[in-house]
Amino acid sequence: MDFALTSEQREIRELALKFARNEMIPLAQEYDEKGTFPTEIFKKAWELGLINVCIPAEYGGPGFTGLDGVIIGESLAYGCMGMNTSFMANDLALLPIVIGGTDEQKKKFLTPFTQEFKIASFCLTEPGNGSDAGGIKTSIKDGGDHWIINGEKMWITNAGYADLFVVYGTIDVTLKHKGISAVIVDAKTAGIVLGKKEDKMGHRSSDTRGVRFNNVKVPKENMLGKPGEGWAIAMSTLDHSRPLVASSALGGAQRALDLSIQYAKERIQFGVPIAKHQAVQFMIAEMGMKIEASRLLVHKAAWMCDQGIKNTEVASYAKAFASDSCMQITTDAVQIYGGYGYSKEYPVEKLMRDAKLIQIYEGTSQIQRLVMSRELLK
Amino acid sequence: MNIFVCVKQVPDTETKIIPTSDGSFIETASIKWIMNPYDEYAVEQALLIKTTIPEANVTVVRVGSVKDTEALRTAMAMGADEASHVAAGDNLDSYSIAKALKGAIEKTGRKPDIILAGKQAIDDDCLQVPQILAEMFNLPSVSVIVGFEMNGTTVKVKREVEGGALEVYEIATPVVLACNKGLNTPRYASLPGIMKAKKKPLAQLSLADVGVTDADRRVKYSGFKLPPEKPAGKKFDATDAAKQKDVVAQVVGLLRTEAKVL
Repeated sequence: MDFALTSEQREIRELALKFARNEMIPLAQEYDEKGTFPTEIFKKAWELGLINVCIPAEYGGPGFTGLDGVIIGESLAYGCMGMNTSFMANDLALLPIVIGGTDEQKKKFLTPFTQEFKIASFCLTEPGNGSDAGGIKTSIKDGGDHWIINGEKMWITNAGYADLFVVYGTIDVTLKHKGISAVIVDAKTAGIVLGKKEDKMGHRSSDTRGVRFNNVKVPKENMLGKPGEGWAIAMSTLDHSRPLVASSALGGAQRALDLSIQYAKERIQFGVPIAKHQAVQFMIAEMGMKIEASRLLVHKAAWMCDQGIKNTEVASYAKAFASDSCMQITTDAVQIYGGYGYSKEYPVEKLMRDAKLIQIYEGTSQIQRLVMSRELLK
Repeated sequence: MNIFVCVKQVPDTETKIIPTSDGSFIETASIKWIMNPYDEYAVEQALLIKTTIPEANVTVVRVGSVKDTEALRTAMAMGADEASHVAAGDNLDSYSIAKALKGAIEKTGRKPDIILAGKQAIDDDCLQVPQILAEMFNLPSVSVIVGFEMNGTTVKVKREVEGGALEVYEIATPVVLACNKGLNTPRYASLPGIMKAKKKPLAQLSLADVGVTDADRRVKYSGFKLPPEKPAGKKFDATDAAKQKDVVAQVVGLLRTEAKVL
């Protein structure tokens, strides 16, 4: 058993952290306030190979493991959880193609992402279906030599900037899970209508919108797997993506801890730095403990996925524990900063707002517990 | 064209320096090592030359402890072609380091056209290895350069002097140049670069291989200790006009006897 990162993984982490410190942190607050999409930073990260890390080497990708992916994810989220949501959304959208695509589909849709800077969006959630993803209503009808998509998607990350959508719909709503199918849709296809950008509490630099599909025609060869195989692809995608999403909570939590330690050593109350007060020491200890445990879970969940070991349960442990911990840790960071922490002049209130979303998207903390108990009790 | 870049691995700028208990050196076990920031400008300059002269070979050379070769890997991930590492302790003096660098460069069998280095290492701040190296090679050298242009076999470099003025030198290669902040913006090592760097050649040498012995040491460290902690400041109350004369006399007295500034 070896907990050490390889020298290559340490280098990858150093690069991603350097990028987070130099390129993301200086703009994170401004982009959050104005809700600016981080196009330039996104592109720069892509140029360095920090984006689309899930693409296999044979299709022009870096050939990274899931463990490499979460190391990068943690480091970029350290820079800004909101920007990282946009970065990560590319992986989320491309993973179903990596998992369920044919060789031809992978060459056609994945390789261009390695050759030029492109953005992808994953479209699963609908206005009436969030946690209950099996209840998808968007229809995918057979139109002879093409599919016809009709329906509405909600909370779609990167939608306003996407070149490509991976859309989940149903061929027959009465079939429930067995009817769910996934298709790759070129964003320029006629009939796609974007909603307005959502005004969110956190992750404000990432672009989130509703997307409506009105009689959108998609070539037959754009379906991933056979009709009705979408659910299996979506579930397998989650086994890969949940450790990645958990890693972003980990990065945010680490930032909150580093800022808290720095502030606690500087801020003087009762004649000593507040780090000398046990009340603050215990909060910091709690943060460190939860971060270490989160990191072990995240790394194990990713490692299991890489080894081909079924990780559904551990991926849910990682996602729920890391995101719940991040919420607690960022809340305590605001507490340590006191009144200053509540002000937008200081960086911690943003972390607290950003943390909240990670408990919600990609399966709420409650859904994760449902998954865990289902696995434990079966 | 052969470009050599000398890099040093130094403690991260946020490292808390602690002398060893016997005072012979500093604790190195918990240090996070980084490439000396000034050396990053040297690596970048070498790579910029390589973009205009694609057949140029960029070799990075480092002398120092074995446990990490990451500064060399990073330089190769940025785009350097190969690396040489001379295994040695981290407390060599400048003369031994320069001699080891020279030996490592000669070991490659290639004649240097340009040798680049950072103007100083941010750990011991000696600011002399590039100059000693130039003397050993009997080459011209310019330090603290902030501008670089290549014209065939001559280089035009600018260096900062007191008062913000610039000196401009035109020198025929081969030459040793020590780089300062402002020369360029070092690139990031890209992820594909990191993967490629693994396959690039890294020569491992010992001090004996490059002809350096204990007799080469010019500086012996007698001890390492932290500077004494600053005592708390003293306050003098001169609000009472009647006592002001005494207070002033007391302050002047202390400035003479204790602070010894008068």
